[in-house]
Amino acid sequence: MAKIVVDGTEVEVPAEYTLLQACEVAGVEIPRFCFHERLSIAGNCRMCLVEVKGGPPKPTASCAMAVKDLRPGPNGEPPVVLTKSPMVKKAREGVMEFLLINHPLDCPICDQGGECDLQDQAMAYGVDSSRFAENKRAVEDKYIGPLVRTSMNRCIHCTRCVRFSTEVAGVPDLGAIGRGEDMEITTYLEHAMRSEMQGNVADLCPVGALTHKPTAFHARPWELAKTEAIDVMDAVGSNIRIDTRGREVMRILPRTNEAVNEEWISDKTRYVWDGLKTQRLDRPYVRVNGRLAPATWQQAFDAIAAKVKGTNGKRIGAIVGDLANVEETFAFKQLMGKLGSPNIDCRQDGAALDPSLGRASYIFNPGIAGIEEADAILLVGTDPRHEASIVNARLRKRWRQGGLKIALVGERVDLTYPYEYLGAGPESLAELTGNGTFADVLKGAERPLVIVGQGALARADGAAVLSLAARVAVAAGAVKDGWNGFAVLHTAASRVGALDLGFVPGEGGLGTVAMTNPGAQDVVFLLGADEVDVAPGTFVVYIGTHGDRGAHRADVILPGAAYSEKSGIYVNTEGRPQFANRAAFPPGEAREDWAVLRALSEVLGQKLPYDNLFALRAALVEAHPHLGRIDQVEPVDASTVAALAAVGGATDKAAFVPAIRDFYLTNPIARASAVMAECSALRLGGTAVAAE
Amino acid sequence: MRLDQTARAFFLTELVSGFMLAMRYFFAPKSTINYPFEKNPISPRFRGEHALRRYPNGEERCIACKLCEAICPAQAITIEAGPRRNDGTRRTTRYDIDMVKCIYCGFCQEACPVDAIVEGPNFEFATETREELYYDKEKLLANGDRWEREIARSIAADAPYR
Repeated sequence: MAKIVVDGTEVEVPAEYTLLQACEVAGVEIPRFCFHERLSIAGNCRMCLVEVKGGPPKPTASCAMAVKDLRPGPNGEPPVVLTKSPMVKKAREGVMEFLLINHPLDCPICDQGGECDLQDQAMAYGVDSSRFAENKRAVEDKYIGPLVRTSMNRCIHCTRCVRFSTEVAGVPDLGAIGRGEDMEITTYLEHAMRSEMQGNVADLCPVGALTHKPTAFHARPWELAKTEAIDVMDAVGSNIRIDTRGREVMRILPRTNEAVNEEWISDKTRYVWDGLKTQRLDRPYVRVNGRLAPATWQQAFDAIAAKVKGTNGKRIGAIVGDLANVEETFAFKQLMGKLGSPNIDCRQDGAALDPSLGRASYIFNPGIAGIEEADAILLVGTDPRHEASIVNARLRKRWRQGGLKIALVGERVDLTYPYEYLGAGPESLAELTGNGTFADVLKGAERPLVIVGQGALARADGAAVLSLAARVAVAAGAVKDGWNGFAVLHTAASRVGALDLGFVPGEGGLGTVAMTNPGAQDVVFLLGADEVDVAPGTFVVYIGTHGDRGAHRADVILPGAAYSEKSGIYVNTEGRPQFANRAAFPPGEAREDWAVLRALSEVLGQKLPYDNLFALRAALVEAHPHLGRIDQVEPVDASTVAALAAVGGATDKAAFVPAIRDFYLTNPIARASAVMAECSALRLGGTAVAAE
Repeated sequence: MRLDQTARAFFLTELVSGFMLAMRYFFAPKSTINYPFEKNPISPRFRGEHALRRYPNGEERCIACKLCEAICPAQAITIEAGPRRNDGTRRTTRYDIDMVKCIYCGFCQEACPVDAIVEGPNFEFATETREELYYDKEKLLANGDRWEREIARSIAADAPYR
């Protein structure tokens, strides 16, 4: 710790803090453009100049000068930083004038207008007029992909985007060519960026040089209503802010949550909003003579009741999809219980996760933030870059800190950081229980981490593979006091919550695969389950939002609400319950899913005992108290992992395949999105060149 | 008392002075105008009916910055924007003014960075139904085309004071 005086206030900060951070500790705001907490220090915008005593006798860039670099006074007084002195004021005004020399004054047509750092800081620290009468620099706009729009005249060369794509995203597509005034940010060959997190560069851009292409010109920040919600595109549970105008979702932005997504979100999370407006189910449908015909709610309910009333509960099944929240899953489970059906499942992909073993057997035990403490990581049958881009960013962040060994069993994929490739299938995993190069690395590590992906579990021998992975973790000493290094990486937002509720086959019940076989069931309810193929002959009731696979197969469609249109709790892969608010309303006659289930239960004569969402939530929290503790991860019993390891079972030789083949089209909302379709086509078509 | 009253009555003084007053005003310049055929001069800053202007080459001026919508105290303006089909520039897809809500404060033309939305010199736009006062972009652009000469003259006349 070192003492430093900021504007007359003495504060004590760690010696490696920069002056800018020390000023923030002292409560003094320093304007900045290039500095960002999560990126390396560039020191090229010069906006953060301060006056120091105990350092060079000139204005100093506070982001690039550490507290320990300053000399104490002759009698040992702490160094002094002045942020409001005439020298600082003059320096800031000068820097701002230089920045504005080449920055166009096109705020009225700039999408950043209203949330622009340069605009705000020019108001706060700039002067009111320009002395520059010459022509401004003109730079050609670059094509850098379908998601980010460029307007390079506005670039102030802070290089945040370059540093982000190089450091955080790990796909160094962006770079700068030229020097000084001639510097240009470009992808060199005008190809599209290839990162799954490229949308973040538009957030990082302090000016309007990089803006979001899908939302270009559509809305101004001041006319948007902001709602805090949780993302459902993957199981990370990224904290998001949904911006709406009227009833329409206009954009999705990240919220900061250090434990989950820091301040990044993936492109699927960010740009999927246009899928919320297309292909929507806005009224019930009933299949008449092989064709789906529009119907009223009463007609749809009558059709279901007529079918269900004469059916034995054991011949009724229920599958929960990937986007359901905990409340409606809970209501769904209760309804199925009342109908006497043991055939319920939340594992559409057939992943062999058994909640009866204990919570530690199916969650990401160390937590996403815990990745930063690991010193040896084994990835089993997973491609975190596409299954959970934010987790991959965290893995890369840990790798960049150094001293980390990573190995992968499964398909060879580009993870943006180097790893040791151990093999493709369970055999290579089994070798790690004994002695070998990487087995020794894991054993020698202080905090080894084994991450098991859904690709390793969604197969016939999934249970044995999970047990084998647990054995590897136990053999490596990954489960000990203060550290549980056994982690299951999920891909579905609803999965952990549904497993917590025990939404798995009961006594004598069938799982997803058995349920969808021909003749296995008479009636199957799908709650937004689109990744299953129910055999012909079964009466399918689909409760969901989009006209996707599930709806096409359905005999009765009940329109539900998408994740932006309902309030609810989602449990992410680390077992963290998070609360999402409602940002918009479901279209047409569609209703929130829990209300659909409640109405359906009454028609079926099995009324669910709650009349509003609060009563449902109260019942849920009473049955599962840990879901009421929002944003807190319940401590789990680590001995579960050892029990899981003891399960054993025979594994076959087939190689692990990644759970996600097409990152951009994993759920009905994404499949309805034109932006996602474009990204997917671009990805599959290889490297794309400029549109011109 | 009675004598001078009698004298005034006898000489018709009050009647004559009243008649004189009437005659003075009869020959004085009129302060009223024959309205539909005559109109008062108006200031270049007069705030009348709204119009959306174009550049001399026919390009519409409005760039959909939405500053007028933001500043409108009566929230009479509704704008929807997006990239224009043919060249991708920022344009409005909808520009509505509810002239019933409008309070004619002139903030919209003050806010406009490109002098697109202006309050022109026209004040004769009374209608028989309310619906006719819900102006859309087409109507506003038509107003702009009709009044461009007067609007341009007003702006030029007022320019030295801005």
